Amino acid sequence: MPKKTSVLRSASLGFFLAYRQVRRSSVATTALIVFVMTLTFLNLVVVRGVLVGLIQGSTDVYKKYYAGDIIISNLPKKDYIQNSTNIESIVEGLPWVESYTPRYVQGGKIEAEYKTKLRETDASNEANGLVTGIDPAKEDATTHLSSKIVEGEYLTTSDTDSVILGSNLLKKYTNVEAPGLLLLERVNIGDKVRLTIGENMREVTVKGFIQTKTDADQRIFMLDSTLRNLIGRGDFNVDEISIKLKPNTDVFLAKSALLKSGVGETARVQTADEALPSFLIDIKNTFGLLGNVVGSIGLVVASITIFIVIFINAITRRKYIGILKGIGISSSAIEFAYVIQSMFYALLGIIFGMAILYGVMVPYINVHPIKFPFSDGILVAELSSTLIRAGLLLIATLIAGYIPARIVVKQNTLDAILGRN
Amino acid sequence: MLSLVEIKYMIEARNITKRFESGDSVLMALDNISFKVETGEFVAITGRSGSGKSTLMYQLGLLDHPTSGDILLEGEKVTDVGADRQTRIRLNSLGYVFQDYALIPELTALENVLLPLMMQGLNKEVALAKAENSLERIGLKERMDHLPSQLSGGQQQRVSIARAVAHDPKIIFADEPTANLDSESSALVLQNFLSLNAKGQTIMMVTHEPEYAKMAHRVITLGDGKIISDIRNK
Repeated sequence: MPKKTSVLRSASLGFFLAYRQVRRSSVATTALIVFVMTLTFLNLVVVRGVLVGLIQGSTDVYKKYYAGDIIISNLPKKDYIQNSTNIESIVEGLPWVESYTPRYVQGGKIEAEYKTKLRETDASNEANGLVTGIDPAKEDATTHLSSKIVEGEYLTTSDTDSVILGSNLLKKYTNVEAPGLLLLERVNIGDKVRLTIGENMREVTVKGFIQTKTDADQRIFMLDSTLRNLIGRGDFNVDEISIKLKPNTDVFLAKSALLKSGVGETARVQTADEALPSFLIDIKNTFGLLGNVVGSIGLVVASITIFIVIFINAITRRKYIGILKGIGISSSAIEFAYVIQSMFYALLGIIFGMAILYGVMVPYINVHPIKFPFSDGILVAELSSTLIRAGLLLIATLIAGYIPARIVVKQNTLDAILGRN
Repeated sequence: MLSLVEIKYMIEARNITKRFESGDSVLMALDNISFKVETGEFVAITGRSGSGKSTLMYQLGLLDHPTSGDILLEGEKVTDVGADRQTRIRLNSLGYVFQDYALIPELTALENVLLPLMMQGLNKEVALAKAENSLERIGLKERMDHLPSQLSGGQQQRVSIARAVAHDPKIIFADEPTANLDSESSALVLQNFLSLNAKGQTIMMVTHEPEYAKMAHRVITLGDGKIISDIRNK
């Protein structure tokens, strides 16, 4: 039988030495090193994941509870979407559209306690918001708005004189003091409030409060028919149409198809990502960058950790490294042994880290999001991105394991055996 | 008729000098040492502490590099062949028995003996058979699955001998192999050496014990880095 090649021999013996050394080393020491590697891996993935997740959570709810996959709005310098009914017919006819919701949107004011106000000069209990006329069934099918009711009930087609108020209009949900910011106080479900749009005024009943952590929280929802009558929009032209696509539909192809069908001539067609408020995009990019910086630091820390572990291991075993060299074991076999050991620690750390990440952390945070004022933060940990980071950690470990082994192996053989410096 | 064929000795030291320098002070550990060892010889190198016997062993065993002079192994100069080549020579042609046994603590006796055989690239079955045979020859086959910490000093030294001979080296270097052993274990270790030598194994052993040196064919005595005497025992 032919002998193995030199590299294969070194690799094989390196594996043999590494395996024996790990297997017969102290369980506590191995557990500690693996624990450190697990934390290092989690630090690499989770810190970035949380940072990005804060904004991702915000953009996710923006899509889910407001914009859908595609949002159609009025062209610049136009007050509403012209030929809205025509556009709605086009949207309705597209096979990959799961649902859509047209909305009338007007700036308005809501006022409470106006009946008990003693003098005209007394401060009003009022708030400004966007009055949004919706078809409750279509809205709910597209944005699941009813699921975000925090008090009261969602609208039905018979609620012609009812409104749902967004949480950002209410003091009890938005505990923020800012100059010029008006918030409603002491408003409860069933209270009568006065809605004013331009010169038109109407008394309505508060049916519910919603909290979506999107722009919808700044809105006053009512039936589309009621708002249409209030503002005198007899042409049925709406201000927004949010579209939800069927699963696995390419959003850009859908947008392109809408534009080809002529929708773009009278309205602006945007994907939800394109329609995101610019500050959100800026924060998303900044947090992504910050996450990468933190991740890179984590990678350097991981490399240094492994370097120290392997260096201490190699230094304390310097005599045995000298003996191995003395009896003719090649330097590369000894280096292989240390690299394989460091890879073993890193791999175990990654495996445990991934188990904790996908088995505990992601499911837990999905169920219990990190509560932030502007979003419910999730943990963004796409498998592809996690695997890339795991790969980077392995490469860093390989280098960090090799260098100290190389330093110690390069020392004079006899000095190492005799313990001389 | 005079033979013109050059005799190749197993090992030959030619004017070996080893100097240690530290600042302004110079220590001449070996001073122009020359001698030849024939195949199958059992040579004891002896002398007082600090006489240079271990230093000489390290030069001959290619674990250190002499300041000047040459070492020839079977007629081939091996002093300046480069670190990698010297490692291969140590692997294939030399065997070592160190004073403190020098076993790898996390490897069993068998695994310690296997190391050089695996490095030589022998397949697993052949390597295992040779390692087991080697341990059997020194009477330790029944302890082959024990870790060094589970063996006595004498047993560890015998495992070290088994590792030194497993790959059939041309020469074995033993540096004070009995220094840490009691008299009974020492006798057993020496018995192992004599038995190996009886089968043709060339052995060079450093010892400061005159009674053990007497067991060798030849005793080279060093003093202050020079050969004081080179005597063949009867």
